[in-house]
Amino acid sequence: MTSTPLIDCSHVSCTYGNAPVVDDVYLQINRGEFVGIVGPSGSGKTTLLNAIMGAHPVAHGSITLQPHLTIGYVPQVETVDWYFPVTVEEVIVMTRTKTSWWPRITASERKAVREVLGQLGIADVAHRHIRELSGGQQQRVFLARAMFSQPDILIMDEPTSGVDVRTRHEILHLLADLHENGLTILLTTHDLNGLAAHLPRLVCFNKKVIADGNPRQVLTPQVLEQTYGAPMDVLEHGGMPLVVDHGRVAMRGEGK
Amino acid sequence: MILAFNLMEPYGFQFFRHGLVVATIAGALCGLLGVFVVLRGMSYIGHGLSHAVFGGAAASAVLRINYFLGAGVWGIISGLLIARVARRRVLGADAAIGVVTTASFALGLALMNRYGQAGKSIEAVLFGSVLGVQMVDIYAVSGVALLGLVVVVLGYRRLLFSTFDRDVAQVSGVNVSAVEAGLLAMLSITILVTMRVIGTLLISALLVIPAASARMTTNSFARMLWISPIIGASTCFVGMNLSYFLNTSASATIILLDALVFVVVYAIAGTRNRMKMASLGHI
Repeated sequence: MTSTPLIDCSHVSCTYGNAPVVDDVYLQINRGEFVGIVGPSGSGKTTLLNAIMGAHPVAHGSITLQPHLTIGYVPQVETVDWYFPVTVEEVIVMTRTKTSWWPRITASERKAVREVLGQLGIADVAHRHIRELSGGQQQRVFLARAMFSQPDILIMDEPTSGVDVRTRHEILHLLADLHENGLTILLTTHDLNGLAAHLPRLVCFNKKVIADGNPRQVLTPQVLEQTYGAPMDVLEHGGMPLVVDHGRVAMRGEGK
Repeated sequence: MILAFNLMEPYGFQFFRHGLVVATIAGALCGLLGVFVVLRGMSYIGHGLSHAVFGGAAASAVLRINYFLGAGVWGIISGLLIARVARRRVLGADAAIGVVTTASFALGLALMNRYGQAGKSIEAVLFGSVLGVQMVDIYAVSGVALLGLVVVVLGYRRLLFSTFDRDVAQVSGVNVSAVEAGLLAMLSITILVTMRVIGTLLISALLVIPAASARMTTNSFARMLWISPIIGASTCFVGMNLSYFLNTSASATIILLDALVFVVVYAIAGTRNRMKMASLGHI
């Protein structure tokens, strides 16, 4: 017997005006999965996430969420106003709009904030302003905010966009730990080698699902060319697929 | 003793006492709402809405409708129209404000030219006047201030969330459109009850400068929400008194005082931040 998927997208299409951005997508996310959606800029990845979260209308098809599904959403940190006057604690607690209207942070909320920050290894930053944190800490704070509502699924938009290599490693390990502890994770990423290749399930996406499977199955030259519209090679490095785009190879060849 | 007597001199006039109460409460109210105006990057909206309310004030004078009712409804409708037009991303909020409010202002001007006693009444509406302040203005500004306080306290988390992170707030179940419409409606009625003392042209400064000064003193949203009203109320109180002795316009004196506070805070905060950044060099 198979359990009901947490998210079930059936023939989903979305538009911006008359322009189709998501076209006839069929995708299921089951409990305990760790899924990455990869595709070029403008391929509709974020629109699909927004549609799943109810923030973008579905033109055709349907998205069925498991009843009472709680979603923790982590936006791209590049969209955050780092000068906004909020401390880490305020950022995390602001999401509690349904269970509490009282402006002051209560003792139990403070305790819960400490716990979630401790779980992510940044217990000591609660009273710091968000701009006073390193890149990895900033990403963890927004992860903590999403985790604060004890979600059934974590949805992240480009979690490694604009971060350095060290921070990327930190985020990857952190997500792997959370997944290990039973959390379902769905993310979008541009980062084929640094992030996507390490995930258990990968969806190559360009307005529609081009391929869906483990990285070895989907990171092939044919699928990548179909997804990105440009030829790419796939090498093997340390037992994992390594994507090299032809542009770089050609430039190196010309250099020689 | 003589100095103290002189300082108390304006309090002998009822119009001054009324004006002082309205201005001080208005300063606190504008300071409170100004926090959202500044942090949402809506500084232009205070300017725009005050122009829109001017149109409503003129229309209600011509139609002989109660000022608060006519201009209030007009202002709220303008605010909601701005919110609606701005939601069409192809235009943006600044264009929406430009279209809705300047048209409203022009209509008000035309109505006053055609049917009103143009000269002096227009000047009073544009630059404010303490002479016309009555008890009803005190009740109105007090009522709106109380309402503003209740709205901010009860809606604190929704307001903070949607101001800081609109998109995530929306996907997290906050009705962001309702929050924005409510904020614009609150701003409209604030401008309405403040306009008689401060005037249409300078009211946006009262919405922006105290909050901008408060922003430089703290990195906490919660603290900013009480520092900004204190700055707004104090500068209005002192500015009203100064204007009596300097024989200058009350609104101009208040705004100049606000600007002075801003400059002082800017200078102090700049020095403090440079020192802090130097100590955070490792980040």
